[in-house]
Amino acid sequence: MFKIVEARYLSKDVKLFRIHAPRVAKKQKPGQFVILRVNDHGERIPITIAASDAQEETITIVAQGIGKTTKLLNTLETGDSIADVVGPLGKPTDVEKFGTVVVIGGGVGTAIAYPTANALHDAGNRVISIIGARTKDLVIFEDELRAISDPLIVTTDDGSYGVKAVVTVPLQELIDSPNRPDYVLAIGPIPMMRAVAETTRAAGIKTVVSLNAIMVDGTGMCGGCRVAVGGKSQFACVDGPEFDAHQVDFALLAQRGAMYRDKERVALTRFEEEHACKLLEAAKA
Amino acid sequence: MSSSNNPLPPKERLQIVRQSMPEQDPLKRAHNFEEVNLGFTDELALQEATRCLGCGKPRCVQGCPVGVKIAEFVDLIVAKDYLGAAAKIREDNVLPAVTGRVCPQEEQCEGSCLLAHRAGSSSLGIGYLERFVADYERTTGQIGLPACAPSSGKKVAIAGSGPAGLSCAGDLVQRGHDVTVFEALHEIGGVLVYGIPEFRLPKDIVRQEVDNMRKLGVKFETNVVIGKTVTVDELFEEEGFDAVFIATGAGLPKFMGIPGENLCAVYSANEFLTRVNLMKAYRFPEYDEPVFDCAGKNVGVIGGGNTAMDAVRTSLRLGAKNAYLIYRRTEKDMPARIEELHHAKQEGVQIMDLWDPVEYIGDEKGWVRAAKLRKMQQGEPDESGRSRPVPIPGSETEVALDMVVVAVGNTSNPLVQQTTPGLDTDTRGRIVADHEHLRTSKKGVFAGGDIVSGAATVILAMGAGRTAAASIHDYLTTGEW
Repeated sequence: MFKIVEARYLSKDVKLFRIHAPRVAKKQKPGQFVILRVNDHGERIPITIAASDAQEETITIVAQGIGKTTKLLNTLETGDSIADVVGPLGKPTDVEKFGTVVVIGGGVGTAIAYPTANALHDAGNRVISIIGARTKDLVIFEDELRAISDPLIVTTDDGSYGVKAVVTVPLQELIDSPNRPDYVLAIGPIPMMRAVAETTRAAGIKTVVSLNAIMVDGTGMCGGCRVAVGGKSQFACVDGPEFDAHQVDFALLAQRGAMYRDKERVALTRFEEEHACKLLEAAKA
Repeated sequence: MSSSNNPLPPKERLQIVRQSMPEQDPLKRAHNFEEVNLGFTDELALQEATRCLGCGKPRCVQGCPVGVKIAEFVDLIVAKDYLGAAAKIREDNVLPAVTGRVCPQEEQCEGSCLLAHRAGSSSLGIGYLERFVADYERTTGQIGLPACAPSSGKKVAIAGSGPAGLSCAGDLVQRGHDVTVFEALHEIGGVLVYGIPEFRLPKDIVRQEVDNMRKLGVKFETNVVIGKTVTVDELFEEEGFDAVFIATGAGLPKFMGIPGENLCAVYSANEFLTRVNLMKAYRFPEYDEPVFDCAGKNVGVIGGGNTAMDAVRTSLRLGAKNAYLIYRRTEKDMPARIEELHHAKQEGVQIMDLWDPVEYIGDEKGWVRAAKLRKMQQGEPDESGRSRPVPIPGSETEVALDMVVVAVGNTSNPLVQQTTPGLDTDTRGRIVADHEHLRTSKKGVFAGGDIVSGAATVILAMGAGRTAAASIHDYLTTGEW
């Protein structure tokens, strides 16, 4: 069992967990992920590590409650435990001195982009960060990113905060400006990563994306996380999760990611009904 | 054998026919995950054990990769000392309830049995008898655990909790060493829990065998991926281990590289079986992990080995309307155990031998809807001694399939090799270890099982585990490499 030493909401539905996981904390590098299983009836899901502290023996993950497992995870509080946490898995990000880099985080992807942005900053790059969110309440890790960014740009779909635009608008402006980036890292929803890839492709700027494919073991054993990169099959868990954005077949990624949509709906409905019952019982008591 | 308990003279023993294994009705069992073989009753076991000729130099023992004292345990069954028989097996085999179910006995102990080579007779049912005494012991709860030697003060790390790792751990702990087994998944057992289905090997049995090993003093740590969570060098330098045994198995699925393999509902056998066995997707939504809903669907499994059999029989149990086993050679050239093939056919699996997929065809949403197959014919024998399958030109045809499972084998998982400097591998990425001692190119590091041999069987991996345990013990006591 892995104890949660801190759990707090960053925004509606987005929760941060600091988990006691000494072995993972000791080895984690930016870009790597863990696979966790909330309880002994749970599924195994990959979540990228947002931070780790070897001294405190903790790792930090951020989860957005979308499906059953993330919603179940988000019911956990400080002092609760997660049945299984294994990692760090996947290849760490290639951190080099590129010059000017743009780090783009979409939604909960912002938390995942943060450790890499930090490492790129420490490696002597000028880091320009773009946070994209649907609305103001969903902007996370803003202070953390601001501290290492020059500058930090926030975009929201509804204009409730920062610039009313999608992330590719400021990205294109940067490409056209004297601050033309030498390297772009984009982590977020598939449509966003795909749009970033298309934006930088024309400009010929090296672009890396982190792919959150469906996984079971996370060690290359099952092959469920197959992605097509440059026309070749790769396993996101061991060959990735980061790949050259210009080579990724995003359509296939989206297709395979939707494979269990019906099942996910069944599990979620069942969970919400059970959860509502529990809340009702608690209210009665 | 000199002190036989067998009351019958050999001639009369020859009159008794081999007892058959009681089975769940094929049409019923094809729709549940309960065990197919039901096990011998006391009467059947006694009757079967009495058939043993008690050879002076039992060839069955030589046929066993771990050298179980077969003639001795069978004689104890004749004396109705079932617990004694189980304890006798445990001297050489830490997982008797497992091997009694999944060993290819017909190629090993039973294949070597004198009775098998006598006209009109068939081999002693050694596997059935092994299973009988192991189950007897288990259900009575009186496990005859062997005694352990006093502590040697030496620490051994084992990477992987499959059959090779468990067997090695069992032998080493008995020799007084402090043994920790590291497992990447959340459950102990490796292929025994993620690969082999419940209907062939109930997971409670694996759990109980693992508990027995805990009682012997073996430590287990789950959620540790050697090479990622901790490296082999760190095990020596930071965690004080004196030797490491790498038994990470052959866990990297092969695909054929044909168009359409990345369509939705095309699985590797590893993924399909892991979802169903380890993650219990067959009990969705009680368990959260999903798997493709086979109910009323057409399923094609590619391959002819035991894993292919497990996958195709699993798809039937998940409700498949048609479950096809598609194999490029002939049925008789399948590497699967005869018993598995026989069970699969009884349950309604349709064998399509001499067919080979060349492409999977998807619908507009990216789900597989058909496979394009080509007919093969038998060519000249290849290096395996079997006829090489040769495609027949113009024979391509389309078969409607809603799910495909690719079960054409595994290659070695490179995680340990990539992160262990000084560890030699062969051209196929397998760890190189000498046959006799299973020593690798790196001092203190031993390797065995599928990671060295390529994909093989549970019992061969267990044999490797025993060999490694013996040479690790030598290394730890003499310090000689």
